[in-house]
Amino acid sequence: MTDPAVPPPEGQPPGQPTPPVPPAVPPGQPTPPVGLAQPPGAAAPRPDTRSPLSDGEWHRMHPLTPLFRGGLALVIVAGLVISNLRERIIDFFLRAAVPEGPEFEGDTGDPVDFVLRHGLVPLALLALLVVVIVLVGLFYLAWRFHSFRITGDDVEVRQGVLFRSHRRSPLDRVQGVNLTRPMLARLCGMAKLEVVGAGTDANVKLEYLSTANAEAVRADILRLASGRRLAEQQARGGVHATKTQAAASIVTDALTGLVLGAEEPVAEAASVVHIPVVRLILSRIFSGRLITLLVLVAAAIVGAIVGTPWILFTIVPIFLGFGAVFVRSLTKSLRYAIAPTPDGVRITYGLFTTVTETLPPGRIHAIEVRQPLLWRPAGWWSITVNRMTGKRADQNGNDLFAEVLPVGDRRDVERVLRLLMPGMPEAEWPLVFEHGILGPQPDDPYTNTPRRARILHLLSWRRTGFELTPAALFFRRGVIWRTLGIFPLARLQSVGMHQGPLSRALGVASVHAHTIPGRVSGELGGVDRDAAVRLFADAEAAAVAAGTSDRSHRWGAEVVPDLARSYPNPRGRTESREVAPGAGGAGMDAAGPAGVDAAGAAGADAAGGVPGMVAAPAREKPGSVAAPAREEPGSVAAPAREEPGSVAAPAREEPGAAASRTEREEES
Amino acid sequence: MPVAADAVPGDALAEPGAAVPAPAETEPDAADAPVLDGKTFDHVLEPRSEHRLPLGDGTWHQIARAYVWVRLISLTALFVVVLAAAAVITALSGETWLWIPAGIVAFIAAWTAAITPRQARSFGYQLRADDLVFRRGILWQRMVAVPYGRMQLVDITHGPLDRAFGIAQLKLVTAAASTGVSLPGLTQEAAESLRDTLVAVAETRRTGL
Repeated sequence: MTDPAVPPPEGQPPGQPTPPVPPAVPPGQPTPPVGLAQPPGAAAPRPDTRSPLSDGEWHRMHPLTPLFRGGLALVIVAGLVISNLRERIIDFFLRAAVPEGPEFEGDTGDPVDFVLRHGLVPLALLALLVVVIVLVGLFYLAWRFHSFRITGDDVEVRQGVLFRSHRRSPLDRVQGVNLTRPMLARLCGMAKLEVVGAGTDANVKLEYLSTANAEAVRADILRLASGRRLAEQQARGGVHATKTQAAASIVTDALTGLVLGAEEPVAEAASVVHIPVVRLILSRIFSGRLITLLVLVAAAIVGAIVGTPWILFTIVPIFLGFGAVFVRSLTKSLRYAIAPTPDGVRITYGLFTTVTETLPPGRIHAIEVRQPLLWRPAGWWSITVNRMTGKRADQNGNDLFAEVLPVGDRRDVERVLRLLMPGMPEAEWPLVFEHGILGPQPDDPYTNTPRRARILHLLSWRRTGFELTPAALFFRRGVIWRTLGIFPLARLQSVGMHQGPLSRALGVASVHAHTIPGRVSGELGGVDRDAAVRLFADAEAAAVAAGTSDRSHRWGAEVVPDLARSYPNPRGRTESREVAPGAGGAGMDAAGPAGVDAAGAAGADAAGGVPGMVAAPAREKPGSVAAPAREEPGSVAAPAREEPGSVAAPAREEPGAAASRTEREEES
Repeated sequence: MPVAADAVPGDALAEPGAAVPAPAETEPDAADAPVLDGKTFDHVLEPRSEHRLPLGDGTWHQIARAYVWVRLISLTALFVVVLAAAAVITALSGETWLWIPAGIVAFIAAWTAAITPRQARSFGYQLRADDLVFRRGILWQRMVAVPYGRMQLVDITHGPLDRAFGIAQLKLVTAAASTGVSLPGLTQEAAESLRDTLVAVAETRRTGL
């Protein structure tokens, strides 16, 4: 709660730090000095208050950061080395001081006695002091060079002493904000904030901040990303303090954290789902892995009877492996909570390392409700989603919290789905449960595998089917492992249709909903050929319409966000259509998308304020698209920029022209 | 030369294009058509079965004829190199088992070369009002429709042999890895014009990720 703020350079009015800060501080209002400390009471950030850390200036991390980012490990390793090799070390360093001293090995056992006997205590203490000073100096340097800045458009992090790195991520591309509190850091009341970007290795990490600050900064990032304007700049509730007071308060906070244990996040909304621990444990035991385990054990026993008894010994590592997976998945799922916030769904999980993940609206690319065979008697389901994690693909594979609901009954599933798909009309909800998850039922709206192709889905051909609504595409699959895939059309990347020789003979085809990589598969086989062709055309048209009217990347800019989140708005579509033909003209370009924005936001406030706010900062740095400082893959390609209106005209002409120019140069 | 796919013979299929916007009005690059259709095949090869995936309406552009030659040359080179390497190593070391993997590779190369002329005719793409439709394959048909607003980048690659024949490969990348739309063997002018068109259109129809 006491991250010191970096003061602006003298002479510069604090109010105009950098252009892209829309809610600028009025000049004359004091910026927080170095070592600003807030009393605990004033620290709780109101949801619409800007934390002093996100005022568009550079700020440093929590002073204890280096310790948690490897410093602690360094100290521990050094301690281990010293305690194990102290004879050698003392011999090595102090031999010169007592050249006439006896051979150490021949001396009495302990090297500390050796030091005492030869009067080397001051020397030893001096050496220790030097080591400590060097360490603290290194930590200080690392801390000094590690800073972050949150402006109206971007979040930036600079770090590194020798190898400087500067990472900037555009806020309108934010896919989510994770607040992670590893066990040790949690004990000291610290947390790290991860701004999830779209792309591989595209996350910006603010580690570490005090929990309260992290909460405030997260709220600010989400609010800025939402495009909502701050009603007015709140007076900062800071109390000016000296550096010593700040330092004292840091220590106090850390001690309080240690004594009182894990500190809860400041603003925690009530979870809509509560998972009883017993259910969680049972569900982890009776997961699909249990069947695998039983099969493996049975195979080992059979192998032992038929072949050599030694095979029995493989059971031990099998159990160890499965046990480890079991414990990990259990500790991850404990303390699970999911709650709606104005800036998206907030999911908290983890017993030791607590992660609080905020998924803004419209960041979910696919949802799957599934039920392993053994959960069926209990009526439990789990929900998995595809969303951008900003991590590498191989990390995605064991991304345990693609599972947004580890286990839940029907009511839980419904509650969570309502959070994940806020824009779905009430009339379509029966598609999800009655017909989708539990179906097929009489007068089934789903289009199923035709009887002639039942050989492809011997058991599940009555259930395998699809349904398309204006908002989403539903794939119902499996009769033993029942699943329902839901693909919001506004997020659908493309639609595919395949047909091999066998399918052709049966007059069927498979339809693919292409989403970002993740656990949810978008393939549905055995669809009647004509139905598949119709679905291919309809889903594509609906995806285009939904994508055009979707404005959830700036969800806060909407006056009625719930309607436009994932549900295509026909009015928005027609208006953008009118704009689209003017694509070629450069003059139309600037006006067109801004017009769409304005059309999407109906209210006078939004129409007047939002496009201007979005466009103004961007116009001042048109080169930002191609700027080398931009590191995130997600933002490299020019089309990755979302609002064409914000990339001013000169930048628009660059990507295509520049690319073709360089290519021609290479050829010649 | 483009071929408007007429109603597929004997196809009583319901019109799939009920929801498909009429392509004529706002087709992004009607002006580019001559560039896109220079030196290309003139009709899309399809499976014979009645139950195939139909071509539907609209103008299908195809890839350049030179693509077949590029493929044949590179496959022949692979065939010759593999067999020659196997012969040399066998002669030097006396190991005869090497002919097994070499034979398999050579067979696959020969088979691929044999189907290449037909396969190349099966590639096609349509530029519709709001999306690009891609198709390929005869035995294994595959159709993909990519809304322009979903494109993340357009990638053009051409190797030395491609350059000699004046062709290039154009790849469309969306956020989904499974989209997999890649047009091999476009003429270079077609590839460049298509890329510029796609980037321009994508820019105006950008949607959230």
